Amino acid sequence: MNLWDFIVDRWDRLLPEAALHASAVIQCTAIATVIGVAIGIGVYRSPAGSAVATALTSAILTVPSFALLGLLIPVLGLGVAPTVVALVLYALLPIVRNTIVGLSGVDIAITDAAKGIGMNRTRVLTRVELRLAWPAILAGIRVATQLLMGIAAIAAYAKGPGLGTEIFSGLVRAGSANATNQALAGTLGIIILALIVDGAFVLLGRLTIPRGIRD
Amino acid sequence: MTDQTTDSDQPGPADHTGVEITLENVTKRYPGQKAPAVDNVSMTLPAGQITVFVGPSGCGKTTTMKMINRLIEPTSGRIDLGGEDVLKIDPDRLRRKIGYAIQQAGLFPHMTVAQNVSVVPGLLGWDKKRTAARVEEMLDLVGLDPDFATRFPRQLSGGQQQRVGVARALAADPPVLLMDEPFGAVDPITRGNLQDELLRLQGELGKTIVFVTHDFDEAVKLGDRIAVLGARSKVLQFDTPEAILANPADDTVAGFVGAGASLKQLSLLRVRDVEFDRDKAITATLDDSVPELRERLTRGKLHFALVLDRRNRPVRWVHVRDLVSATSLAEAGKPVGDLVSLKSTLRDALEAILTEGGNAAVTGAKGEYLGTIGLETVTEAIAALREEYTDEPTTEGESA
Repeated sequence: MNLWDFIVDRWDRLLPEAALHASAVIQCTAIATVIGVAIGIGVYRSPAGSAVATALTSAILTVPSFALLGLLIPVLGLGVAPTVVALVLYALLPIVRNTIVGLSGVDIAITDAAKGIGMNRTRVLTRVELRLAWPAILAGIRVATQLLMGIAAIAAYAKGPGLGTEIFSGLVRAGSANATNQALAGTLGIIILALIVDGAFVLLGRLTIPRGIRD
Repeated sequence: MTDQTTDSDQPGPADHTGVEITLENVTKRYPGQKAPAVDNVSMTLPAGQITVFVGPSGCGKTTTMKMINRLIEPTSGRIDLGGEDVLKIDPDRLRRKIGYAIQQAGLFPHMTVAQNVSVVPGLLGWDKKRTAARVEEMLDLVGLDPDFATRFPRQLSGGQQQRVGVARALAADPPVLLMDEPFGAVDPITRGNLQDELLRLQGELGKTIVFVTHDFDEAVKLGDRIAVLGARSKVLQFDTPEAILANPADDTVAGFVGAGASLKQLSLLRVRDVEFDRDKAITATLDDSVPELRERLTRGKLHFALVLDRRNRPVRWVHVRDLVSATSLAEAGKPVGDLVSLKSTLRDALEAILTEGGNAAVTGAKGEYLGTIGLETVTEAIAALREEYTDEPTTEGESA
């Protein structure tokens, strides 16, 4: 059986796995965005706070994903929980860092003017600073999504959902019939998903970045 | 396309809408710094006038200004705005009543011009219709076309951005306008235009404007009153531009006024304010006979005559020598170059006197001949100013 025949044959299994994979990545990115942007807002005014937040989130990223899952399984068990926690942690770095960069990059004259004409702290943040930092934040979210696409495959090790299952069982059965096809189908699926989601981000950028600051 | 429509629907400059601002022993001390940034400043900024804070960089003039809208909180002292203690008003609400325009405009790049101008009306809860009408009115006021409304700041030139900045600051019709070196980042020609526009606007609106600059010439041009500030925002002199130019309070002020104080004073005086020569020159019309004019000149012991056209406008200077060979006054002598109007400053008049070589013709609103102005008129005017401000010693920092 060649790869194409294999895919056609297993379509009814591959498609739900791909959907689960994408859904896990998108949901985890969403959670990470909420947490990451909140952390960014919390620390961007203080250089020390920014440094600590960036260092901590970078440290998470240096832990190999296998090791992190291995550490989480005894605590959270197998399945969805360790997958979600691991993916959210990995997504934090690009989002936190880009939020800090974006917010601290807003021209001081603009925030000064915003305060000077009577906007309160919350309004300055939501109506001026976050809007201007949005392209940077969105770029961070985009990088995080791409990162998670690959890392989510490892989640199969913790019995998590997604295309990683195909890759793992392919690798485990290496040498037997269709083992290579199975691993390849999983990998290919992830690549295609990644491209589709990346395209969606381009579209999202066009829809959400104000025209006045679009390149 | 006629001139008559101008300003017909604008209210007259009669009533100012500004309020008086008083600073009383205002001090700003930053933690960890020995010397205060602003040390015990007291001033009364008259309602409806432009007060310019001028001083070297880092002297605390911006800090002093920012304490008025509490972008910087004073450590001690009292600031009153139209009789109300600003420290007792919620800062965000206070700032909505005080227009604020800064260098490089500080426009919100993600908002259109219209959205930028509508920010304060939005904060004050105006409805859409009223806000939209106001935006249009404000753009017109600062001399921008209505189709600028949908543009983004980055699509505008520096000067246009600055105009939008002023429109945004004035959108909710605040009685007070704070301007922090608003024209510092534009080219000199645009800056000159913006200054003229501001003066025109102020003529219509009569706000209390606090204008911060380090450029003394700008201060002289714009200020009804100038506060020359030294280190820690100490008020070195607080007076009209004329008085400061004529009689600087001390050497520091004199140094800041810089060279050419007399020349600067010339730009404060206008031809209508001085006694120019109304009947000294001999005039003739284009149709007058050449020998007759020659005779009048000889009789009057004068060398020059001014030839006027049928509508009484000066056209040519003729020297008595030119008349020897001339056949018609329409061709004799040389054409009039620079003219001086009643509204011209003495500086412009001096320029015209120099290019014309002795005397320049003064004309009225319709270009009609009124008289001539010469060097002695200019020097006398300056001497009179000097005398006026040196006789009575000027007192610092207060008004009646």
